[in-house]
Amino acid sequence: MDSASRVSDMPDPATPRQAGEHLLHVLYEVQQRLRHIPREAVCDVAARLGLPVSQVEAVADFYSFFSRTPRGRYDILFSTCTSCGPAHGETDLLRMLCDRLGVVAGQTRADGIVSIGSTSCIGMCDQGPAALVNGMPLTRLDARRLAAMAERIEAGTPLTDWPEEWFGVADHVLRPGLLLASPWQDGAAIRASLKKGPEAMLAEITRAGLRGRGGAGFGTGMKWSFCRQANGGEHYVVCNADEGEPGTFKDRVLLASHADMVCEGMSVCAHVIGARRGFLYLRGEYRYLLPQLEATLARRRQAGLLGTGILGHAGFDFDIDIIVGAGAYICGEESAVIESMEQKRGIPRIRPPFPVTHGYLGQPTVVNNVETLAAAAAIAVHGADWFTAQGTDQSKGSKLISISGDCAAPGIYEYPFGVSMRKILDDCGAQDVQAVQIGGPSGTLIGPAEFERRLAFEDLATGGSLMVYGRQRDLLAVIRNFAHFFAHESCGFCTPCRVGTSLLKNGLDKIARGHGTHYDVDEMRRLATLIKRRSHCGLGQTAPNPILDVLSRFPEAIDSRLAHSGFEPYFDLDASLEEARLLSHRDDAEAHLR
Amino acid sequence: MSAEGKGGTISIDGQEIPFEAGQTIMDAALAAGIYIPHLCHRPGLTPHGSCRLCTVEVDGRNAAACTLPAADGQHVDSNTVALNEVRKTITQMLFVEGNHLCPGCEKSGDCTLQAVAYYLGMLDGHFPQFYPRREVDASHPDIVLDRDRCILCELCVRASRQIDGKDVFAISGRGIHASLIVNAPSGRLADTDIAATDVAAHICPVGAILIKGHGFEVPIGRRTFDTHRVSEAGRDARLPLVRPRHADEE
Repeated sequence: MDSASRVSDMPDPATPRQAGEHLLHVLYEVQQRLRHIPREAVCDVAARLGLPVSQVEAVADFYSFFSRTPRGRYDILFSTCTSCGPAHGETDLLRMLCDRLGVVAGQTRADGIVSIGSTSCIGMCDQGPAALVNGMPLTRLDARRLAAMAERIEAGTPLTDWPEEWFGVADHVLRPGLLLASPWQDGAAIRASLKKGPEAMLAEITRAGLRGRGGAGFGTGMKWSFCRQANGGEHYVVCNADEGEPGTFKDRVLLASHADMVCEGMSVCAHVIGARRGFLYLRGEYRYLLPQLEATLARRRQAGLLGTGILGHAGFDFDIDIIVGAGAYICGEESAVIESMEQKRGIPRIRPPFPVTHGYLGQPTVVNNVETLAAAAAIAVHGADWFTAQGTDQSKGSKLISISGDCAAPGIYEYPFGVSMRKILDDCGAQDVQAVQIGGPSGTLIGPAEFERRLAFEDLATGGSLMVYGRQRDLLAVIRNFAHFFAHESCGFCTPCRVGTSLLKNGLDKIARGHGTHYDVDEMRRLATLIKRRSHCGLGQTAPNPILDVLSRFPEAIDSRLAHSGFEPYFDLDASLEEARLLSHRDDAEAHLR
Repeated sequence: MSAEGKGGTISIDGQEIPFEAGQTIMDAALAAGIYIPHLCHRPGLTPHGSCRLCTVEVDGRNAAACTLPAADGQHVDSNTVALNEVRKTITQMLFVEGNHLCPGCEKSGDCTLQAVAYYLGMLDGHFPQFYPRREVDASHPDIVLDRDRCILCELCVRASRQIDGKDVFAISGRGIHASLIVNAPSGRLADTDIAATDVAAHICPVGAILIKGHGFEVPIGRRTFDTHRVSEAGRDARLPLVRPRHADEE
């Protein structure tokens, strides 16, 4: 299928010659240098990489961190996440900084010095409010910090001269478990794999019952086995570090402090499936980790743990390249990440065929979550019995949970599968809880009546996000936030998701404005079901979950906000006169209808 | 698409039909003269699965008929009241996200989107209009690109690459802001190698890509879908999927 869709006399558009020449990396350089990607740069990049102009333009327009109009010399993006977003008590920090610097949100100040905008969750949920400045995370923001930032921006102080602690990102591992507490020695997993041999190692992983930690829970042993059996000139391992589900930050901690374990999981996988090359696809929000990750890879090459003849074992050659994303939640989907690696927009592929047989460059490819690979490495060292000693029948081992929101101690908690919500909430000091969003916006929203439910693939599954909402939270505002998130992150490929996520967003906005009716609620329920059932990929199939969960579990959050008439139009006559007011430079009472 | 495996039979709405190895449910249905509504599918081009109008239920599971390989013994529900309601809603979505003003459109009566809407009994857009601002590209001497009407089906993208042997079109951007772009440094159609004889210039199911200088030659009332339902067999085959040869070509 792929060969037919490709123009035969063009260079293969999928293969970057080397990591530095990857389209995403080249566009990042342009964005840094020119603060946007003008048309001339699109053409230059296309010529340099031998890609069609349209492909470069399509990619530049797809990823959030590329801009086609100039951003400021200081480009600040606040997270929109309900946990690490700009709401801070009664104040909205984004608005505060905009006021202070005379910036219109989403725009660049006329002098080109500063721009302030929003971006989807940046994974700093346990140390928010947070923002990115020129791609670097700023954590624990407050009014005082913003005032000090504004001064430095006006003074033109380079970021390198900003206080280092502003950029501090803490691990906050508050409850290490099976994985994080076990002793680790570099090379141990590879040695174990070499000693056992690929077949026996695959059997061990399978016997451990390890399931994908990204949330879907596909059997890791089965995935590796399918890939190992698949015919192909090359096999590939991809570590999916595009941790984009709002409220999730456990992969950030694994990459920051346990990168060797993750790399080693990739090596074990490579040994099992017969791959010579692996990729770590790092979300753009975590670019700040790139130098230390590159250093880890360099150190491992020096130690003979990567490269040719690993640990003196002739014939076992494996190395890892890092590809850095540029702001696209959809690239967490296993076929979208492959499209992105192939220098295209992150559009999920038609499946079947699955990546295990037709993945990167059409070759058999394993795409595993960061935590899955770390767990695989640990299983290689300690054995399947060590792993299966914890967990439930269908969910073996432990799970890293990123806890954030309204609790005393947000951070990383590792639990054996089967732990109850109540235990987790007690441990993190969550009191007077109204609701818990488990698995992020695409997961499940539950209330206190369900706090005896358990963390497990067969009960409450999660990729790692657990967001706590206290009594004072407005749940309508929470699910509106999620609806905006999905509409922003929909790739636009299929109709139900592309249009439907916008319709759901508009519907919730209407209710929040006080114009929603029972008719609108019925409409949204019908629409939500359609989007869930008819969309092309997991994004559309889960995007309506928050709305459906609130309607079934917290109906009063919406009912109490409905207008008491049978029908209210979307059309707002006064709002539609705005353009006329702008043209006539009028905003007095007489220019309004009410 | 896995070409391995053997042919067999599937049933669509209770009707047993044969399929050959490598065929999708849509392929088998079209071969048997069964209509499953679709906009982004054309035999001869790689299946796409984006419009989702061909949504069916295969042994109780949702699937796009145009991308799911047929497998022996599948029971497919397609022409049901509930599924046609779903399709009508999806069609309404396509109408409201763009700017489709049928009475003033040259394609009216020949437009597959409009014909599908008729077929599904769609009487209005139902949802509030999005009224997007999209650019018209009238730079080319023979072809006009009116993005207001584009439904992002990518038939032109695929036809240009797979049949014309060119690479004129692509989809850019993300989500509701996705848009059809052309492959030229200027971003203008005039600066591409498209020709009015290309299949890509004629394959648009709506009025987004039109040949200039040919307005209203067939009066409204006598156009394709004024006289035929979209479900009638052969509608899809009305354009040959081979590039028309220029008179001077060898």
